[in-house]
Amino acid sequence: MERPNLDYIKEISGGNEEFEKRFLTIIQNEFPKEKTEYITQMDGDNLEESATIVHKIKHKLGILGLHEGYRLAIKYEEDLKYGDTKLKDEFNEILTSVEEIISNIA
Amino acid sequence: MKSIIVDDEASARMIVAEFCKGVPNLEVLHEFPNALEALKYIRDHHVDLIFLDIHMPKLTGIDFIETLQNPTKIVLTTSDKNFAIEAYQYPFIVDNLVKPISRQRFEKCMTKLEMAFAASEEIPIVSKQENPEEDLYINIDRRLIKLKFSDILLIEAKGDYIEILTLQKRFRVHSTLKKIKDKLPTSRFLQIHRSYIINFTQIIDIQDNSVLIEKSVIPISRSNRPELMQRLNLL
Repeated sequence: MERPNLDYIKEISGGNEEFEKRFLTIIQNEFPKEKTEYITQMDGDNLEESATIVHKIKHKLGILGLHEGYRLAIKYEEDLKYGDTKLKDEFNEILTSVEEIISNIA
Repeated sequence: MKSIIVDDEASARMIVAEFCKGVPNLEVLHEFPNALEALKYIRDHHVDLIFLDIHMPKLTGIDFIETLQNPTKIVLTTSDKNFAIEAYQYPFIVDNLVKPISRQRFEKCMTKLEMAFAASEEIPIVSKQENPEEDLYINIDRRLIKLKFSDILLIEAKGDYIEILTLQKRFRVHSTLKKIKDKLPTSRFLQIHRSYIINFTQIIDIQDNSVLIEKSVIPISRSNRPELMQRLNLL
């Protein structure tokens, strides 16, 4: 399974470490909220709302260099709009992987 | 140029704001986490440009656009690659940046904006300063040769070289398309393909996906076509 990386964040920061720290703090703050919201919506079987949250999470996957995860999220978002949840487990694995990484970033 | 950023994701706003810092004359007045707050703001403040997310709760970016009474230039920021075609139905939408946005793509967007403002004669603009001169010097075998902008028909990228076709002759110069593009006035020149910049005042006709300039048929890439069409004085 691919691992998240900080290449994109370093590209946008242009080497500005202060920016990188502030940006990662925002990601660390936003991502758990989005994940919780996603789980809540899925538990409530609100698939259209879930697709909206997946749309946002998709951006984070791109930011963290998860290209395969990003592509899977595109498909999953579309599937959810049609009531199809077959990619749920794979998507959840990605979420766990991202959560681990961002919680370990200082 | 005064801009605002509207996006419900703080991380997305931060990326755009960071990119904007590198653009001379572009000021980010405010960032908004939702479209409603932005609407209130622009009622009382002049804004030249809005970076606008599409997928936002309550009021979406499209709802926002349709609510605008005096549409200003808009750059969409979206995670939806399929939205580009839909986006261009609104003439004041200049570009559609797909998240996560790369710096290179953002810089291209700034060039598009420059052209869009120049075309609409609002002129506040952006990154590069327009060359006030009417000519360009190129280095050929240690000679600096003067080319009038009005004489240049097109420039073609050829590996490590570019070929400049003028009314009189063709010049081969060791340079890149990007470098020469920065030296050319946007009021006259336009990149229509990754390998071609044209002097669009010299267009004879446009057919399907190509442009005829003098005797050269130049392809138009799909991504550059909207810019070209925007620049034409269509009847």
